[in-house]
Amino acid sequence: MREMLTSLKNAVGIALWFVFLTLPLLVVRVNTLNNEIEWRWENLGWIAGVTALLALAWQLSLRWRDRQRDRSVTQDEEEGMVPRATLQTLLDNRVLCRRLLVGAALLAAAFPWLVSTAQNFYHVNVMVSALIFVVLALGLNITVGLAGLLDLGYIAFFAVGAYTYALLSKAFGLGFWTCLPLGGVAGMLFGLALGFPILRLRGDYLAIVTLGFGSITKIVLENWDAVFGGAAGIAGIPRPDLFALVLDGRQKAVYSYYIILALVVLTIFVTVRLKNSRIGRAWMALREDEIACVAMGVDMAATKLSAYALGAFWAGLVGVVFAAHNNFINPDSFTFMDSAMILAMVVLGGMGSILGVIVAALALKLLPEYLRAFAEYRMLVFGTVMVLMMLFRPQGLISNMRRRYAAGTKGGGDRD
Amino acid sequence: MYNDREQAGACLPVFCATFFSAVGQTMDYEYLFELLAGGVIKGSIYALIALGYTMVYGIIQLINFAHGEIYMISAFVAFIVAGVLTMAGHGGLSVLVLAALVAMLYAAAYGYTLERIAYRPLRNAPRLSPLISAIGASIFLMNYVQLAQTPDFLPFPALVPDFEFLEPVARYLSSIDLIILVVTVVTMLALTVLIKYTRIGKAMRATQQDMVMARLVGINVDRVISATFIIGSVLAAIGGVLIGSRTGQINAAIGFMAGIKAFTAAVLGGIGNIPGAVLGGIVLGVAETLGAGYISSAYEDVFAFGLLVLILIVRPAGLLGKAVRQKV
Repeated sequence: MREMLTSLKNAVGIALWFVFLTLPLLVVRVNTLNNEIEWRWENLGWIAGVTALLALAWQLSLRWRDRQRDRSVTQDEEEGMVPRATLQTLLDNRVLCRRLLVGAALLAAAFPWLVSTAQNFYHVNVMVSALIFVVLALGLNITVGLAGLLDLGYIAFFAVGAYTYALLSKAFGLGFWTCLPLGGVAGMLFGLALGFPILRLRGDYLAIVTLGFGSITKIVLENWDAVFGGAAGIAGIPRPDLFALVLDGRQKAVYSYYIILALVVLTIFVTVRLKNSRIGRAWMALREDEIACVAMGVDMAATKLSAYALGAFWAGLVGVVFAAHNNFINPDSFTFMDSAMILAMVVLGGMGSILGVIVAALALKLLPEYLRAFAEYRMLVFGTVMVLMMLFRPQGLISNMRRRYAAGTKGGGDRD
Repeated sequence: MYNDREQAGACLPVFCATFFSAVGQTMDYEYLFELLAGGVIKGSIYALIALGYTMVYGIIQLINFAHGEIYMISAFVAFIVAGVLTMAGHGGLSVLVLAALVAMLYAAAYGYTLERIAYRPLRNAPRLSPLISAIGASIFLMNYVQLAQTPDFLPFPALVPDFEFLEPVARYLSSIDLIILVVTVVTMLALTVLIKYTRIGKAMRATQQDMVMARLVGINVDRVISATFIIGSVLAAIGGVLIGSRTGQINAAIGFMAGIKAFTAAVLGGIGNIPGAVLGGIVLGVAETLGAGYISSAYEDVFAFGLLVLILIVRPAGLLGKAVRQKV
């Protein structure tokens, strides 16, 4: 009972603190047009009530967790978080895994026909943009997750791909399928160009330079009207072509869906293969300890550059799909917020973990889309979810499991 | 972070070369001085915000992305206080001072709460987790202010009277500019004293050097980190109020760009280094203003980031940063 009382007291204290914090911003609104002050005292009541309840729930859940832990005298030496443990056993079961994979593949293939009608294919379009971000997140996963190079300007490579297609199709009439590899190569070249000067930089210096590079790209796109169409962007970009067939709106959307789905599969395949290759091992070694890695004879420059170039390649590639799918691009699609979003997908999903990154990318892209009903609050909720996720699972949704060799098992947990 | 190094000269050649090639053709000195003065003023604000970044980074190696939002929130709080008081019929410098004090109080409260909620539980998490948490907090705070107040621009009341003695140099230095300069210099001096001579300053230096050792000798590291956040936030609040009065308008999105620029300034000077943050802020402000004045104002940010990239290629640890030799 005394415990309950202290919890209550703490909750009241926290509520009072938040009332103080939100006092000026939530209560007073100064209307400078007609010199009026709007007082909204009712907001304070809401804040007080909600924070008190949340604080109380929080403390009770903490206490409950402690009690649970005491009861099950920590059987496994790892912290023993319940969801992770069950997920892990699930993933350890190879047969089940394969079945789930087949199920997921079938579902993904049938998806556009299940959710669309001839008139309404909104969900397909939403899924295409979500899958575009899945590829982006998987690409950034190579740079950040595997090689450990923090990149805050990743969206720039995406922009390079998109503008490559837009400009080439405008100027030379090149088709989608010609431009798809060209966009990827353009992204890769930009990755190399960025990578060269900053090879020497480490950690957060690297982050800020990539951030600067991303911003510079956007500003140039915005202001160089003659080439890039300025803030208005480029319109009338041709959709992907299919042997000169004429497609209606729904078919176009479904076609884009299958293209991007194929790219997702390709990205997963390449990343998995790379991860267990010589170069993938070199990336991970570099991420863990640069000095030790170089001492082991890994070529630092080549390894870092390849991580940048390959990460950027996917962004450029999918940039072409983005431009083709939207018919229209402008610099607003390539802001720092988007870079941060992609990075958030990688970290939320669990750095280096392919399954986790896919889940996180889908969640982060689809949630705001379907939260449009609460349009005003969706970014607020989004920010909160990001903080909460980090507080509860700082290692990401599905953390990256290393190949482990334990006595008595054959190989064991190698998957992603 | 607190050691002066006289190596600012390293960046000078690059800087001068771009500078004189741009100025060479016209050499209109009045215009040049006007730009220089503007750049220094702008740079002082960057420096004030950059200090918060650099202090936090020096201690817990975290890029506090939400720092720009603290600056934005304090500008809003000052706007609200000033708005209520001006409508009640008061005005002048005293209202600005009062508004600034309230803004500083709130900035400190927000900085402290932010650290407690979003960063402290992640002290031992992987390095990128607090960064994501910071980005989330930044998005949250920006949208919170947009919803609670307005997404539009708000006119910040003009509370600074025109000083008569500035008449002859009014072209280069308005009265608000003078206030910015004086306040910045005084703040920097106060901060230096705080860090060099007070107990908490000593504890901060110790924590920065070695957190484990600091804890072993009895320093309450959590309290030191809270103090760092509070001091950084108060400095950002000063910057927010000053910039509000100078530009005359505020908006919920101002924190983002100011935050990025200030972080750039901190890196430019050598992150974790306090004099470096000040120097970086001023170099950045001047470079931006000169670039905008002589070449094109649309590319202002390109000059800022371009300069950063150039300097980091020449001196990867920033202007005043020590090149730390890694030990194995």
